[in-house]
Amino acid sequence: MSTLSHRPANPVVGLTVSHESAELHVTGAALYTDDLVSRMAGTLHAWPVQSPHAHARVTGLRTSPALGVPGVVRVLTAADVPGVNDAGVKHDEPLFPDEVRYYGHAVCWVLGETLEAARLGAEAVEVDYEPLPSILTLTEAIEAESYQGTQPTVTRGDAAAGLARATHRFSGEFEFGGQEHFYLETHAALAHVDEGGQVFAQSSTQHPSETQEIIAHVLGLHNHEVTVQCLRMGGGFGGKEMQPHGLAAIASLGAVLTGRPVRLRLNRTQDLTMTGKRHPFHATWEVGFDDDGMIQGLRATLTADGGWSLDLSEPVLARALCHIDNAYYVPDIEVHGRIAKTNKTSQTAFRGFGGPQGMLVLEDILGRVAPVLGIDPTELRRRNLYRPGQATPYGMVVRHAERLTQIMDEVSERSELQRRRRDLEAFNAAHAHTKRGLALTPVKFGISFNLTAFNQAGALVHVYKDGSVLINHGGTEMGQGLHTKMRQVAATALGVPLEVVRLAPTRTDKVPNTSATAASSGADLNGGAVKNACEQIRERLEQVAARTLNLHPSDVRISGGVVTGLGTQDSISWADLVRAAYFQRIQLFAAGYYRTEGLHWDASRMQGEPFKYFAYGAAVSEVEVDGFTGAYRFLRTDIVHDVGDSLSPLVDLGQIEGGFVQGAGWLTLEELRWDTSDKPSRGRLATQAASTYKLPSFSEMPETLNVHLFERATEDGAVYGSKAVGEPPLMLAFSVREALRAAVGAFGPAGHMVILGCPSTPEAVYWAVDAARRAGVEAVDGGAPARSAAPVGSGNGTAGNGTLGNGTLERELAEHLAPRGVTE
Amino acid sequence: MDPIQVTVNGEVRTAGAAGPHTNLLDWLRGEGFTGAKEGCAEGECGACAVLVARPEPDGTTRWVSVNSCLPPALAFDGQEVVTSEGLGRAPGACAVADLHPVQKEMAERGGSQCGYCTPGFVCSMAAEYYRPDRTPVEGDGDAQTGPAAVGDDHNTHAADHEHGPNGFDLHAMSGNLCRCTGYRPIKDAAYALGRPDDSDALARRRTAPAPAARPTRLRTDTGEFVRPASLAELLERLAADPDAVLVAGATDAGVERNIAHRRPPLVLAIDRLEELRGLEIDDDHIELGAALTLTEIETRLAGRIPLLADLFPQFASRLIRNGATLGGNLGTGSPIGDAPPVLLALDASVLLASAAGERDVPLAEYFTGYRESVRTPGEIIRSVRIPLPLAPHAAFYKIAKRRFDDISSVAVAIAAVVEQRTDGGSLTRVRIGLGGVAATPIRARATEDALAGRPWTADVAREAAAIMATEGTPLDDHRASARYRASMLEQALLKFYEENHASPALEVTR
Ligand SMILES: Cc1cc2nc3c(=O)[nH]c(=O)nc-3n(C[C@H](O)[C@H](O)[C@H](O)COP(=O)(O)OP(=O)(O)OC[C@H]3O[C@@H](n4cnc5c(N)ncnc54)[C@H](O)[C@@H]3O)c2cc1C
Ligand code: FES
Ligand code: FES
Repeated sequence: MSTLSHRPANPVVGLTVSHESAELHVTGAALYTDDLVSRMAGTLHAWPVQSPHAHARVTGLRTSPALGVPGVVRVLTAADVPGVNDAGVKHDEPLFPDEVRYYGHAVCWVLGETLEAARLGAEAVEVDYEPLPSILTLTEAIEAESYQGTQPTVTRGDAAAGLARATHRFSGEFEFGGQEHFYLETHAALAHVDEGGQVFAQSSTQHPSETQEIIAHVLGLHNHEVTVQCLRMGGGFGGKEMQPHGLAAIASLGAVLTGRPVRLRLNRTQDLTMTGKRHPFHATWEVGFDDDGMIQGLRATLTADGGWSLDLSEPVLARALCHIDNAYYVPDIEVHGRIAKTNKTSQTAFRGFGGPQGMLVLEDILGRVAPVLGIDPTELRRRNLYRPGQATPYGMVVRHAERLTQIMDEVSERSELQRRRRDLEAFNAAHAHTKRGLALTPVKFGISFNLTAFNQAGALVHVYKDGSVLINHGGTEMGQGLHTKMRQVAATALGVPLEVVRLAPTRTDKVPNTSATAASSGADLNGGAVKNACEQIRERLEQVAARTLNLHPSDVRISGGVVTGLGTQDSISWADLVRAAYFQRIQLFAAGYYRTEGLHWDASRMQGEPFKYFAYGAAVSEVEVDGFTGAYRFLRTDIVHDVGDSLSPLVDLGQIEGGFVQGAGWLTLEELRWDTSDKPSRGRLATQAASTYKLPSFSEMPETLNVHLFERATEDGAVYGSKAVGEPPLMLAFSVREALRAAVGAFGPAGHMVILGCPSTPEAVYWAVDAARRAGVEAVDGGAPARSAAPVGSGNGTAGNGTLGNGTLERELAEHLAPRGVTE
Repeated sequence: MDPIQVTVNGEVRTAGAAGPHTNLLDWLRGEGFTGAKEGCAEGECGACAVLVARPEPDGTTRWVSVNSCLPPALAFDGQEVVTSEGLGRAPGACAVADLHPVQKEMAERGGSQCGYCTPGFVCSMAAEYYRPDRTPVEGDGDAQTGPAAVGDDHNTHAADHEHGPNGFDLHAMSGNLCRCTGYRPIKDAAYALGRPDDSDALARRRTAPAPAARPTRLRTDTGEFVRPASLAELLERLAADPDAVLVAGATDAGVERNIAHRRPPLVLAIDRLEELRGLEIDDDHIELGAALTLTEIETRLAGRIPLLADLFPQFASRLIRNGATLGGNLGTGSPIGDAPPVLLALDASVLLASAAGERDVPLAEYFTGYRESVRTPGEIIRSVRIPLPLAPHAAFYKIAKRRFDDISSVAVAIAAVVEQRTDGGSLTRVRIGLGGVAATPIRARATEDALAGRPWTADVAREAAAIMATEGTPLDDHRASARYRASMLEQALLKFYEENHASPALEVTR
């Protein structure tokens, strides 16, 4: 076992503890960026002037009318920028644009004594626009070949040969929606020039170092003249990985220019209309199976809707391509990817980071074709699981592949799948207007940043003379429990009780050059760094203890704050040891560092070992669909998930449940609608409020939710044998959508293909039920066996697109789901 | 007039900094109570929830949870508000945490992750914790964990799912959103709560009367806020200033203020006017005061009007219903409001009052166009009257994306009398109210005609359903397609038939 993963006796990691800030949360005392405003005298408030066009040239900008509004202090425009007028790292995101590229794009910002004054000022600013043609939907972008960034391909073997070999071939198209992060705390920054003359920005950011860098480049400063602090975030989910930078830069620019603190907090509408979301995707695919249902070949093209600028679209797409296989071995495969450039918000990281989109494509395919193949969907999935020794299409062997089968078996058992399937059949036979569906889906998810350089982290650990410990690390807390885990790691590594360790907010002047807290890697990377720092201190202390207790240093044992050793009854307390060390002039603080070993990635060939390991899980979900309306209820979900040896079980449980429900929201309920008409409102986000963009509420959680952590799961390559848990559980929600598909199928004849829109809203489910019933009527009317009947799409499906290849094809099916445009 | 004062967490504060357009949330945060958060500013997320002391009919006090982002701060002149900070003591420098039972359960069970939604959840949960009629469910040992009895009758399944063994009603938190936890630990925390003990100050506070409403007046350079002392004063003021905007629960008005930035020059608060808060039941009418909150109506009718009892749990959230009024729902006159279809099916009328007098208008004649009605600028809605006896067969179908707290894509209310005839049943007095399919709420008259007096058979129901599908002029929007809306009308009638034919209930009961 590696020293990284080895746990000492009586570790504090692995204990069930509440969130490190839980008592502050529940009493309302936990502070978030915007809570600091009432503590800061003389703060100015910022309000944007937002474009009413999807695409237009700014031909005139008159700010003087705003200055006439009482309380308006200043209007920030491009002319004020001392450094680089860009909010990103790719230099394709002008902070103050002269060409607006999406509806709601901020042209300039007004600073006011009050928020009301700033708002009224923004209303008074006069902007002249020359509208330009815009591209909104993926269909429009594909037609116009409007792409940005690289167009990578992942291949293995010969997809054409694999398809030719197959005895059952299918092709289709699938377009599915994005997702708004809807962190409960919207973007916020509060900047001032501090008593040392440096720019100090409080920001709700997952990536303080990059926020610092962008502020510096906008202001023309060096990084050491800017400090960014993130107290905590009211949720991030990837939405605060890149998007906070420009906003913090605006606040900082305002602070520098006015000499007063500037607060910039997006209200919900601004947040929804200005900041990026999960990428919507379009996929075309061809897949082939042999008679046993084994996948032979897959050819697909994935198009991600990147929005107006690149942001993180390239790595998101790379992860989508690297996850299209999900848990299944596809011998011959060719997957192309491209990023559409559209006049929408710049889509960005969101929990799973393209992985869910890639995986959804194949899971959707399996769900569609299983009935036509005449194989139970769970059985079809199980047969195609990776076996030990098999490698992914990008050339990485799937270590612990056997866990996939084990986890599927375990979740079947725990959920009593067999018995419940029988009960369900009885229920469905007895109910004409209500049907239930059950589905089991697995997850395999690669952990590490695809970009190797990001896989490093730092920490700073202080032990004070009284024995108390203060830790800093480069990761940010957004609710995922990272700080809780880091305290547990530090307490374990030092051998002290948890209460001894305090954690200070994340600041760029404590730990520099950090990576984003993202890719589920926060605990792996920062845990490695915290552990490293603690071990340096501990080694020094062991020397001191050895002298005091007359032992060899390697025989010293520090645990629970008590210092003793092998073969001795003597002990001293942690605090005494620390005090003694101080007087012996032993350094009681240390900087820790960690880099993930063994990663390499060739982005040009899309081959390598980009991941340290894979996280696995599986879920069984049961739903009930009302045939009158398409409305449904989630009855029960059982999950078995692999978190390695959990660092903090309550935290991990929370990540699994929360990720699952968030995934279910994406797949069923949450729907982003842009105005795609030709009216002047073209490009406007129609779902720009909590009243129109619906998140899961209590009514969307499964009535019964059982989560079990996979046992004996030590991960050798990560801190204290744990595994990352932030993202993978989101994709457990595929089971919900597949259960809906199964329930819909029960309204129709056996063996017919169910095509389900995504998100699978009640309306989408209703149309699928409608199609299923019609398939039944057709099967009866035509007297033809249902299995060979052409599938009926959602109203405008086309069946049979001619020959796909040689004449051995049993069935040729092509479907097309209409893009879900908005007509208002 | 007295200075404007609000008691927050037991401490009296002068609310001088609040103007007529400052909401309670912004004022509280400005005063340093940053536990209440803004997540949406439109009543959807509950991050801003706080507790307010409200009067009970028996002279005691109920702790009611409301969205502080919606009502004006000035509406709380003389009132008592409790925030998450006031429920328990946070740990801090030289302070040991002393958590409220609700806070303790939430903290220990993983009820908070990012913590941003948590103060709001804590307040919603505390209101339910203190609800006087919350009583443990009998003979219920096993909570919601452990394997479900799948295959059970689904109604009992649902009932169990939404009520804890301690009587906790999950709907108490239907207006709180959490993006992190997936809700299970919050539900477990809620279901683990015991009863408040005698040392609990907020529990004891319930036995004394709630603060009365007091007349308030404040004029600033941004406008004027007035809480009149009586209906007469209100009507007088309104006659003089017809552009004044009435505010009851502010669940619509607050959204207009926060999102559409509406800043009326004069705001008249009517939510506490006794003349608008009556609830009378006589032999041929039930009269509901326009300024009663929906929660008050729900509690006090106690199922007396089944169609309303169906409506309330599907109307917004508990947080909203604790403020929202029928007067406001009809005053807004939204075509997707949920009360109008139900009230149309109930054949209700609206009592309008002005300085010139009162008049009773059938609801079916009330709406004249998109958010327009026969109500003149000087008039207010005083009450809603529902004729008795009620039609025994009735149903309310709300079609929306989300089951808790969503706006209707389509709402259908049907009420009918089934007359027994030798050849089976026949429908008489059919009333069908529809929302979401036209510029106003409408009656489905063609469908009513197709049903009235006809035998109540599957064929007739199908025929009528086909007609129902053509009622109104539904539109495509982000909530639903026109096609879906039309289908839902049809399906609603089919479902009504499914639920209301050949069952023992068909015997005419009353
Ligand atoms: C999150 C959320 C969810 C919602 N969900 C639903 C829902 O599911 N179904 C639904 O139907 N509605 C819903 N609404 C809308 C709103 O809650 C209702 O319309 C409510 O009944 C309004 O009542 P109120 O007392 O809050 O009105 P206010 O906001 O106080 O007033 C609304 C309008 O009516 C006028 N008005 C108020 N009282 C009177 C009176 N007595 N006479 C004349 N005019 C008057 C006011 O001047 C104002 O123009 C929701 C709102 C929110 C914020
Ligand atoms: S802030 Fe969301 S309900 Fe008030
Ligand atoms: S804990 Fe983050 S929103 Fe609920």
